[in-house]
Amino acid sequence: MMESLLTNVDWVEIGWASWDTLVMVGMSLLFSVLIGLPVGVLLFLTGKRQLLEQPVAYAILSFIVNVLRSVPFIILLIVMIPVTVMIIGTSLGVAGAIPPLVAGGAPFFARLVETSLREVDRGIIEATQAMGANVRQIIFGALLPEALPGIIAGITVTAITLVSYAAMSGVVGGGGLGDLAIRFGYQRFQTDVMVITVALLVVFVQLLQMLGDRLVLYFSRK
Amino acid sequence: MRYNQRLFVPYPQGVGQCLTEGLCSVIELDQVQKSYQVGGRAIPALQPTDLTIDTGEVFGIVGHSGAGKSTLVRLINLLERPTGGRVLVDGEDVTHYDAAELRAFRRKVGMIFQHFNLLSSRTVADNIAFPMKLAGIYSKAQIRDRVAELLALVSLTDQGNKYPSQLSGGQKQRVGIARALACRPSILLCDEATSALDPQTTQSVLRLLAEINRELGLTIVLITHEMDVVRRICDRVAVMDGGRIVEMGAVTDVFLHPEHPTTRDFVFESENVDRDELQQDFEHAAGRILRLTFRGESTYKPLLGHVARQSGVDFSILSGRIDHIKDTPYGQLTLSLVGGNLEQAMAEFEAADVHVEVVR
Repeated sequence: MMESLLTNVDWVEIGWASWDTLVMVGMSLLFSVLIGLPVGVLLFLTGKRQLLEQPVAYAILSFIVNVLRSVPFIILLIVMIPVTVMIIGTSLGVAGAIPPLVAGGAPFFARLVETSLREVDRGIIEATQAMGANVRQIIFGALLPEALPGIIAGITVTAITLVSYAAMSGVVGGGGLGDLAIRFGYQRFQTDVMVITVALLVVFVQLLQMLGDRLVLYFSRK
Repeated sequence: MRYNQRLFVPYPQGVGQCLTEGLCSVIELDQVQKSYQVGGRAIPALQPTDLTIDTGEVFGIVGHSGAGKSTLVRLINLLERPTGGRVLVDGEDVTHYDAAELRAFRRKVGMIFQHFNLLSSRTVADNIAFPMKLAGIYSKAQIRDRVAELLALVSLTDQGNKYPSQLSGGQKQRVGIARALACRPSILLCDEATSALDPQTTQSVLRLLAEINRELGLTIVLITHEMDVVRRICDRVAVMDGGRIVEMGAVTDVFLHPEHPTTRDFVFESENVDRDELQQDFEHAAGRILRLTFRGESTYKPLLGHVARQSGVDFSILSGRIDHIKDTPYGQLTLSLVGGNLEQAMAEFEAADVHVEVVR
């Protein structure tokens, strides 16, 4: 019964594609957080009436983030090709998909970090200052720990966004489930492949959200 | 580097000269002022102000919101930078400290807040340990012992592993106090520390502050909009209005004989006196109306009957209260007097150290 319904589905292929998607999302999430977190902290600190208020630095940083965020991801994929070739050596496959994914994910995450830092009560920053903390101690001792639940929620949202971005990268030969869906599901009219890949993506997103919610709950002390 | 043995605190050059000899912190504001730039215009928050707060006293600053009291207290530990004037602590101009000196100075000035400002991500014990960890000069054992000591001081010994969200308001403020005391400061700044608490909890927090002041000799600067808080624990008080100090003096003086309209408002408000009602009572009363103020020992003397017999006046009591200002008992009575020898009665009152004010 299953066999007759899913004639075109090659499970080994699906398995590899799932793995590729996992690697793309995992790696791009890692780099998005590594880049986005400090950028988000800088955005917050240089913002209006904040610890290191720097209108010029804020304007420049904010502009770059906005530009990267306003370019539709499908365009960003294409625009990033020369840069990707420079960094990775190829713009194809799993590795080739990661730089454009980071270019899309990092600025997105940076804004989420900035927002969750703004949610931290100003009184807590003031109290920490009054204790004689320097800026570094305020960031690592008070701001980041207090904003941690928000930042984790931000990582979850970014991860889910990256899942859909990773699927899109199939268009430019990125690999993974999206690639499978486009090449077989769309171009060869194999609807069963399309259904399976979409179902897997849905399950993947659900799992990510559940994991994220659990972690937020665990770290929330409010 | 010079170390204070008792406080385990190294001082940057020139800081804490006074602290090494013991706790003594005189705070002097010398023509200190603060204005904020709003849309290119300077809005004054604090007019040029002179103020001296002595070692070991509890100094209250009272005022309505926007009167500048919050700015004033933040100028002491430089959370706000003055736009003019000098802030001297132990004779040193702290406005000229560089970043490192300022941080060392701030460790000697504890602060507690209206909304406690505890870190929600840290346990009670970790909150109290936080300033010591920031200082980076205490060993793990020192921190652990000090935290245990402070938890005991604020009666929260069993609550060390809880998170702030699991505590009541009063308990949170106790944690705030313990945290403020962690690095053994010589000054404690209280920013509306009891304004978010119910009356009963306020009492217990004020008792704790009084105890700390008495036993540790800390100088406490306290801002509030409740005259009752001032009455309970302050030695001296400054009343602020419109960014300036309008009245200042010993709490007993300011309380019993308020001069400035703002001060009168605060005092009447705290005594729950409805002035219109009082005025109506006065209209019904015959004869002269006097307000007598007793202070200290004379509060308990059976004076009224004695004076009435001696001078032959008859009296009726229009209003009155007996209470304490910090440790001083006081009474205030408004009487209407008829017949007899009024002059003699007034002389007798004054002879007994009672302040007499003729209302009508």
